[in-house]
Amino acid sequence: MDKIKELERKSRARNTAWTVAVFALLVLWAVIVLFPFYWMLLTSVKSYASYNAEYVPKFFTLSPTIENYVQAFTAVPLAKYFVNTIIFTIVTTGLMLIIVVLSAFAFSRLEFKGKNLVFTLFLSLMMIPNELVIITNFVTITNAGLRNSFAGLILPSVTSVFYIYLLKENFEQIPDELYKAAKVDGTSDFKYLWKVMIPICRPTIVTVVILKVIECWNSYVWPRLITDDENYFLVSNGIQTIRESGFGRENIPAMMAAVVVISVPLIILFLIFHKKIMEGVSRGGTKG
Amino acid sequence: MYNRNNLKGWLYLLPALAFVVVFMVYPLIDVFIYSFEESYNFASQTYTGIGLYNYSYILHDPYFLQAVKNTFILVIITVPLSTGIALLISLALNSIKKLKDLFQTVFFLPYVTNTLAVGLVFMILFKKTAYSEGLINLLLNSIGISSIDFIEGPYWAKMFVLCFYTVWVVLPFKILILTSALASVNKDYYNVARIDGTSKLRIFTRITLPMISPSLFYLIITGFIGAFKAYSDVVALFGTDLNAAGMNTIVGYVYDMLYGNSGGYPSFASAAALVLFAIVLTITVINLLVSRKNVHYQ
Amino acid sequence: MKIVLEHLTKQFISRHNSSEIVTAVDDFNFEIPDGKLVGLLGPSGCGKSTTLNLICGLEVPTEGKIYFGDLDVTDLPPENRGVGMVFQNYALYPHLTVRQNIMFPLENLKGEQKLSKEVMNEKVLEAARLVQIDTLMERKPSELSGGQQQRVAIARALVKTPGVLLLDEPLSNLDARLRLQTREQIRRIQKETGITTIFVTHDQEEAMSISDLIIVMKEGMMQQMGKPQEVYNHPANLFVAKFLGTPAINVFEGKILNHKVYIGEDMILDTDAEDQEIYIGIRPEGFIPDKNGSFRCRFDRIETTGRDTSIVCHNDSCISDSDIRVIVDSDDEINNDNGIIRFNLKANKTHLFSKKDEKVI
Repeated sequence: MDKIKELERKSRARNTAWTVAVFALLVLWAVIVLFPFYWMLLTSVKSYASYNAEYVPKFFTLSPTIENYVQAFTAVPLAKYFVNTIIFTIVTTGLMLIIVVLSAFAFSRLEFKGKNLVFTLFLSLMMIPNELVIITNFVTITNAGLRNSFAGLILPSVTSVFYIYLLKENFEQIPDELYKAAKVDGTSDFKYLWKVMIPICRPTIVTVVILKVIECWNSYVWPRLITDDENYFLVSNGIQTIRESGFGRENIPAMMAAVVVISVPLIILFLIFHKKIMEGVSRGGTKG
Repeated sequence: MYNRNNLKGWLYLLPALAFVVVFMVYPLIDVFIYSFEESYNFASQTYTGIGLYNYSYILHDPYFLQAVKNTFILVIITVPLSTGIALLISLALNSIKKLKDLFQTVFFLPYVTNTLAVGLVFMILFKKTAYSEGLINLLLNSIGISSIDFIEGPYWAKMFVLCFYTVWVVLPFKILILTSALASVNKDYYNVARIDGTSKLRIFTRITLPMISPSLFYLIITGFIGAFKAYSDVVALFGTDLNAAGMNTIVGYVYDMLYGNSGGYPSFASAAALVLFAIVLTITVINLLVSRKNVHYQ
Repeated sequence: MKIVLEHLTKQFISRHNSSEIVTAVDDFNFEIPDGKLVGLLGPSGCGKSTTLNLICGLEVPTEGKIYFGDLDVTDLPPENRGVGMVFQNYALYPHLTVRQNIMFPLENLKGEQKLSKEVMNEKVLEAARLVQIDTLMERKPSELSGGQQQRVAIARALVKTPGVLLLDEPLSNLDARLRLQTREQIRRIQKETGITTIFVTHDQEEAMSISDLIIVMKEGMMQQMGKPQEVYNHPANLFVAKFLGTPAINVFEGKILNHKVYIGEDMILDTDAEDQEIYIGIRPEGFIPDKNGSFRCRFDRIETTGRDTSIVCHNDSCISDSDIRVIVDSDDEINNDNGIIRFNLKANKTHLFSKKDEKVI
């Protein structure tokens, strides 16, 4: 046993310098990634007075306080932003899911005239950047009087050509025999979709949902264009407002408390689902 | 029978089709029209003529030119830099066994965070205030460099922070893609190369790089597209008034033209958006042409 | 080049349980004479591939020595051993053409060994001609059939004229027809070059048909080494007897009493060995139907496949997984008396193994 261990150590030892360099690089980047998170957490529990008293910021604090969190929820309507974002995220994701599942089913399972033409149109739309269509959408929503409303926030975000494509590919992997068997048993199309296809493709659907939730939670540009009433702000806009005018601009610990609060839900989601999220993203998500 | 199926198919497709037509197809056509309508008035929805004035206006607008310059600098610095660093980190990740999962998870964390929120933390780290020099400046001081105002100071300093933050934000995705590309290269290739006495450098350039070139190329294309559309991370660092900060980007210019203090000009915004689209399309086509020679699809 | 393994042992710490040791190769001692084609044979997981990796240097032995000729190569890295290796999936670089693939090892040479372009081209062409792919030089691996890819891989392994050629399951990725062709090719190439060649396989027929020598392995231990027909005719133990030959050898429980061998009540052979409990292996071709024969079985059916006629029958002492299978001449007379069929047995096709250690008696 010892001899084997020693041999394995020896073969590793040849590359010690190399291994040290590799780990040094990885640790360095891990610090760069994690440090902002540590710093916001740390700053958020320092009191306003002690933060401003530190010319050289301390890397730890011995007297953590939650006063900043209290202030974050009382001095600015953070809870309101939070609730808005949750409503926005749930409704947008829910609607998108219905639309995406129905159309993926149509594309993959139903035969109708013009299907290929429409699908080609959808595919070509994947290449169109959001920036190009957002201008007219802004005008459309404004003219429809939907500024500062959930409808205005949600409606333009409920379709995703990419997710339709992703789900259609997945649906098509289900063997034809299952559909034929269900037809022989007299199962309706809708029941087949609900009872067979969705359960089989659940991993893809979960991936789509997670990616959409992340996208919704972090969306900034569209909400910023379409809302100027604080009652409809999402967390991103809220953070921007806090930065420009909230807490009298200088209360950085309170700002950091707000930042922590809006970052936490996604980080928790990530810690629970990190395997699924990373797998989903590598299958086809780009940020933004 | 066939007719009934026909109807059913369209019925299932209807919601998606309705939204796609209203919010994607129509706007796509409309943005072209806007961009040629001169002196469009947002309130009365009238215009005085059709022509190229909107394009000529923005191409002479110093704010737009500044935005184009900023965007190009950002793209040229961050795309190669982030891809290179991602490759380096992925190679390191793939050469270890212990802690690999942990590092991978940590490195992916920025992907799920709110760009605006973390941008605020970066601003605080780099910012020089009346109370404190800011943490980064203190670090600089400790190695004998005097403080720099990264957020409201000289152009190069602001650009540095922006590039740094952009790399920080885009790296998780690139590391993820490259790590899985590297892991999927069959180990036998490396064994056979070892038996043949291939040097490490040659293994990297002649085997590893060609094997992962499709992923690498995918990252370069999406990297270019993403960097050209930079906006939220700029706002996070420098606030919404980007023209004043001299740090606006093309996308930022589009939104400023549409809305906000300088807003109300959808025609100018459309023209700018189309110029951006033309630039991105050109770069992508060039990328595709280059890749045809250098990318090896299996 | 002659290859000598001395007490070669490879142990791993188990991946599932870090206090457990797995012995992949257990105290190997053998010598492979120069210029032979050797089949390393055994069921999957028996350590054949590990042995191959030890010989080429991809893995370092826990104990023991490896010599190429008189040179101790145990501590040499793979690139300095002068071996060529063909992997099971060929490991051809998909982005390089056939020519570039074969040239790859030559381009690695540095310093004094460095070759001029002309010499390199010459050597590449020579290797390609040897494996008969010289008409496909500009194709990519994906444009080749499995058999052609295999040959490119062999050419790439041979181009540096290695002293030893190693092949890991060279035929397992090919379909049945190509397999026959390719194994003849391997045989021909080996004869033409005279390079000492070791190949790993789990297919006994493959190993038997082309090897000069075969080495049978089981659970990290060498069971027997020898010429294929010799090993087939004189298996050292029950495992080797069972592993070689199709249809498989028929195994019975029996005993030796007063220098006579019994299966059940039937006395089948005379022997010099001591009295003991034994296993008896009888090759399918070791039975002679004879109405006065001493060995009785219950007749089941006759199967004719092509030129072979086989009798399928039962005997309570038989411990093979399947029924007893007997291959007979089609013109043999088969007497089926009330469902009982009688045989005489050929002594050279009947092997006796001690029940204690399963070794041949």
